[in-house]
Amino acid sequence: MEMLRFATAGSVDDGKSTLIGRLLYDTKTIFQDQLDAVERASVQMGTEYTNLALLTDGLRAEREQGITIDVAYRYFATPKRKFIIADTPGHTQYTRNMVTGASTADLAIVLIDARKGVLEQSRRHAFLASLLRIPHLVLAVNKMDLVGYSEDRFEEVKEEFRSFAMKLDIVDLTFIPVSALHGDNVVERSGNTPWYDGPSLLHHLEEVHIASDRNLIDPRFPVQYVIRPQSDDYHDYRGYAGTIAGGVMRPGDEVVVLPSGFGSTIKSIDTFDGSVDEAFAPMAVTVRLSDEIDISRGDMLCRPNNQPTASQDIDAMVCWMSERSSLSSGSRLVIKHTTRTAKVIVRDLAYQLDINTLSRNEDAPELKLNEIGRVSMRCQVPLFFDEYRRNRSTGSFILIDEATNTTVAAGMILGEAG
Amino acid sequence: MAYDLTHLRQLEAESIHIFREVAAEFENPCLLFSGGKDSIVMLRLAEKAFWPAKIPFPVMHVDTGHNFPEVMEFRDRRLAEAGARLVVASVQEAIDAGKVVEETGPRASRNRLQTRVLLDGIAEHRFDALFGGARRDEEKARAKERVFSFRDEFGQWDPKNQRPELWSLYNGRIRQGEHIRVFPISNYTELDIWQYIKAENIEIPSVYFSHRREVFERDGMLLSVSPFITLMDDEEPYMETVRYRTVGDMSCTGAVESSAADIDAIIDEVSATRITERGATRADDRVSEAAMEDRKKEGYF
Repeated sequence: MEMLRFATAGSVDDGKSTLIGRLLYDTKTIFQDQLDAVERASVQMGTEYTNLALLTDGLRAEREQGITIDVAYRYFATPKRKFIIADTPGHTQYTRNMVTGASTADLAIVLIDARKGVLEQSRRHAFLASLLRIPHLVLAVNKMDLVGYSEDRFEEVKEEFRSFAMKLDIVDLTFIPVSALHGDNVVERSGNTPWYDGPSLLHHLEEVHIASDRNLIDPRFPVQYVIRPQSDDYHDYRGYAGTIAGGVMRPGDEVVVLPSGFGSTIKSIDTFDGSVDEAFAPMAVTVRLSDEIDISRGDMLCRPNNQPTASQDIDAMVCWMSERSSLSSGSRLVIKHTTRTAKVIVRDLAYQLDINTLSRNEDAPELKLNEIGRVSMRCQVPLFFDEYRRNRSTGSFILIDEATNTTVAAGMILGEAG
Repeated sequence: MAYDLTHLRQLEAESIHIFREVAAEFENPCLLFSGGKDSIVMLRLAEKAFWPAKIPFPVMHVDTGHNFPEVMEFRDRRLAEAGARLVVASVQEAIDAGKVVEETGPRASRNRLQTRVLLDGIAEHRFDALFGGARRDEEKARAKERVFSFRDEFGQWDPKNQRPELWSLYNGRIRQGEHIRVFPISNYTELDIWQYIKAENIEIPSVYFSHRREVFERDGMLLSVSPFITLMDDEEPYMETVRYRTVGDMSCTGAVESSAADIDAIIDEVSATRITERGATRADDRVSEAAMEDRKKEGYF
């Protein structure tokens, strides 16, 4: 069975929680005791129908205040696929949370209220989905029941969104008219929208082609951990454990080790279950080489004729995630990129991007919580990276504040800084 | 479809990545092991992560003393096979030393005492990372917890102040006295765990399979008759064919009526069931709607 991770963005007003509740309910993922708890809570809150939104509001503080604090992960499965939902709140700290949820997603669902059309918030969500390079975007035009299941209205919203989306880098865009509350086009095609000939939302989630979203072109193997058993049976064993970050690797392949530049060939690719003939992202394996070379965590194996950029100077889009501090030129931070951790200095904040208008503010002195901007940084040691748009594993990083140890930013590499 | 991984292989790869990341970045990690199916799966994943080397950290059992004998036998045998070093944090010893006070009455449970014993164990052995077998599908509070979950010097979890966690980049930086709880199987569901146990042919304690047992009903749950629990006046023990969906302290883990005698039958049962495993079998989570959230904040698993 395949696995699909998707992120949902939108606020309670858009019916996002109701939509997720509907997916869980109609795929029979919700258990009786969970439904009982929701029904009890619905009665207490005086709502007329079982409030499916309550299924996804987890913490006590959230139930008391009727808000969603953080990214929550939900799970359901159909006979075709296992699904992991990163459920991100629409209002409080939306950017930080959506960026977090989007970082691992194969697909994003952005909800639009059919009555209101494309609002600032919808544009923001679509922009973040494109910034994080989520390969597939679904625009769920919700509350179709409240516009009389009007085809004209659906087409208007589609057109409105398309004209905005032209400015974004979106690979695959799908529009689906739904009513989360009544279940139209969520699991089954609805009789209320005979003019719509596309799939239901669930059908689309089950069928959307994700196998070619991974990078199988550029072999990249960040060394995570060196395995040296030093036991009698494996006296001279020296294996490099890690998760393949791109491409396909096979025994016999010539490799080059960064940063040393030494060459060797792959002797074998080992796992607990035996050696394998080939390995690809995101497999976790142990690679042995034919030559004894000094290799440690943070090094990278790649092919001699297909190497990542090795540089101390990085140009990246950064999303700032801390309320307690800000980023400006001169900021000193710690970067974690693949299996490398090092100090960095922010050289320049080129601009802050207004994610509602996509306009660039080149005079912005700093990036604050939930702000996104383009920065150039210099790192203490070279990093081995690809453009984020080419490889989400070798193109992404986090920034850590050494004083507080918290994660303060997420970054997507554009290239080597000039 | 040559380069596809099944959901179980993807989940496995993610778990192995997490185990290796912790072994590489922490001084003194430890794997929490209860003898339950989730910790058994974790042990296998840890073996896979470091093979052909042994697991490079010890295993800790927070022992309430109220164990299923079958599970204790299994624990010792399985850890010996893996070549793992066992550290026991004993609730009984903490009671004897006067560090914690045992609850009294027929509903007495050592569940809450575990938190203190766990935190003392962490401090004593200076563990800086603890692998736990929590899954996000288990409970609402867990659905929002990070894979690397920061604990302050009091062992507390602050749900409103969690570190952002993106891609597979985990931030394990801590100060002295703080630690990280690490959940390598966060993204598995109960069904995934059973499917993995089947796919990997992993041995599990016999109490997971249907067997005849003397039980009694309390608060809608079937509890096993044992030396650790006092019957109340209206409670009548009887023989029933049952199995356990979760394995914990005998005094608060309920059995379910079941004839599922092998893994396939269990998978069928779990696929068809309409009640979550914690809702069905754990008295500890029923105390209030936010029971798990409150215990986690104090430092519970």
